[in-house]
Amino acid sequence: MNLNDLINQVSSWLKGTGPHSDIVISSRIRLARNLEKTPFPHWAKKNDAEQVLVSTKAAFERTAELKSAVFLHLEELDNIDKQFLVERHLMSNEHAVRSNQKALCVTSREDVAVMVNEEDHLRIQVMESGFDLDKTWDVINSIDDQLSGFLPYAFSREWGYLTACPTNTGTGMRGSVMLHLPALVMSRQINKVLEAIAKLSFTTRGLYGEGTQASGNFFQISNQVSLGLREEEILGNIKGVIGQIIEQEQKAREVLLAEHREMLEDRIWRSYGTLKNAHIISSSETVELLSMLRLGNDLGLIENMERGLINELFILTQPAHLQKLEGKKLSANERDVKRAQIIRERLKV
Amino acid sequence: MLCNICNKNQATVHLTEIVDNQMTELHLCDDCAKKKSIQMEQQFGLSDLLAGLVDYSKQLGGSEKMAAGTQCPFCGLTYEDFRKIGRLGCSECYTAFGRYLGPLLKRIHGASQHVGKTPLSLPQEGLKSSARSVRGSSVTELKTRLQEAVDHEEFEEAARLRDAIKEAEKKKKETKKENESE
Ligand SMILES: [Zn+2]
Ligand SMILES: [Zn+2]
Repeated sequence: MNLNDLINQVSSWLKGTGPHSDIVISSRIRLARNLEKTPFPHWAKKNDAEQVLVSTKAAFERTAELKSAVFLHLEELDNIDKQFLVERHLMSNEHAVRSNQKALCVTSREDVAVMVNEEDHLRIQVMESGFDLDKTWDVINSIDDQLSGFLPYAFSREWGYLTACPTNTGTGMRGSVMLHLPALVMSRQINKVLEAIAKLSFTTRGLYGEGTQASGNFFQISNQVSLGLREEEILGNIKGVIGQIIEQEQKAREVLLAEHREMLEDRIWRSYGTLKNAHIISSSETVELLSMLRLGNDLGLIENMERGLINELFILTQPAHLQKLEGKKLSANERDVKRAQIIRERLKV
Repeated sequence: MLCNICNKNQATVHLTEIVDNQMTELHLCDDCAKKKSIQMEQQFGLSDLLAGLVDYSKQLGGSEKMAAGTQCPFCGLTYEDFRKIGRLGCSECYTAFGRYLGPLLKRIHGASQHVGKTPLSLPQEGLKSSARSVRGSSVTELKTRLQEAVDHEEFEEAARLRDAIKEAEKKKKETKKENESE
């Protein structure tokens, strides 16, 4: 596999399949792991960091799920390629900005991605489409077990996996679920939901930006606590909370359909109309309108459309993707034109 | 609707902000949203949060000067460095700063004893007992062999056995389901 092959495929976690995929976009688990007696990346000398690249690469080559994955040295990539990987949720923005002695290992399905020398020596991530933390856990647990045989993990019986930042110490695990909650937003119930989540020590983030609370109607919810609970307990807690949010969103959708059907249909079809006809469109308007299109599709108001196609458009319409599709650098204005063109082409019946 | 910050452009991004448990809604244009997002990241950066937490645990942890001067013998990071950057320097820092980190971890996580998984290369507490409890199945046999492989540090074999166990357990479940549906 080659980096440029990725643009012509849909990441497996975006397929729009799996349990509750009308509300849940994806389930993701990441594990933070470090090597013992090796300075953490921010504190490491160049030689130490390079040694980590060598030993982790060798370990990946012996791990079943990672054997045929690509190992990308980030220093060798240009800015658009790095941004492209961030937009596909395969690595953090931080990893793209400071890329000395950093690497990314990605499988061809894009379900597994391991950042090397980010905040920790290893940040292992597994993503699945829909609400399926159990399957996600099975995959990442197996990868972690194999790697723990090849690499001397930093671990203490008392505090578990030792991480650069003490907020990750313990299991080193963060489970998160990306939700699409348009009905809770429209019916102005979302604030209550978010308040309740914050009290249960879960974090909410937006679709792209880490600093923003929400973008469009997308919310990423994850656990904060990583020490003192078993992995299965942490995931169980997330499943419990997410299950309730799904139920509330379903109810809110039913109420909208029953009491405000015309308003809803109007908003959805206007969004569809704009997407199909616009010649200039910004990325935030795109997210907002695609969210409505997705809702229309999930409610069965718009038929004959693949959910995976809508999901894919969220990713394809971002700056680095547009520039890779065009094959050259584009200004902000040129991107708005290209974005509209891509959307029109994909939505053509 | 116009952007709440510049009052010029059309608001396209709608944010909910929580400050001191107060929820406020913000309607912003593209440009202002971008600025706001950078600002928020800086405001609520993890290292700030941590610096606050470290200060707190320092108050609990006796002499200020002693804590700040403590140094990790392996990587050279001092407790003062940790306070500034919010990151530890290496695995050995956890031992060097142990007495200060204990209360800090407790404050962050509400607990200070790990109960999750253990690396495959270390003796597994849960594994032997679970192998005993399903005596007679081939899964038991595999689990015993896995423990042996781990004991002998044959990790490739251990990983393979781990997969085999998972496969066997999955098959067991499937056959059970098939039998039930028939
Ligand atoms: Zn503005
Ligand atoms: Zn150290």
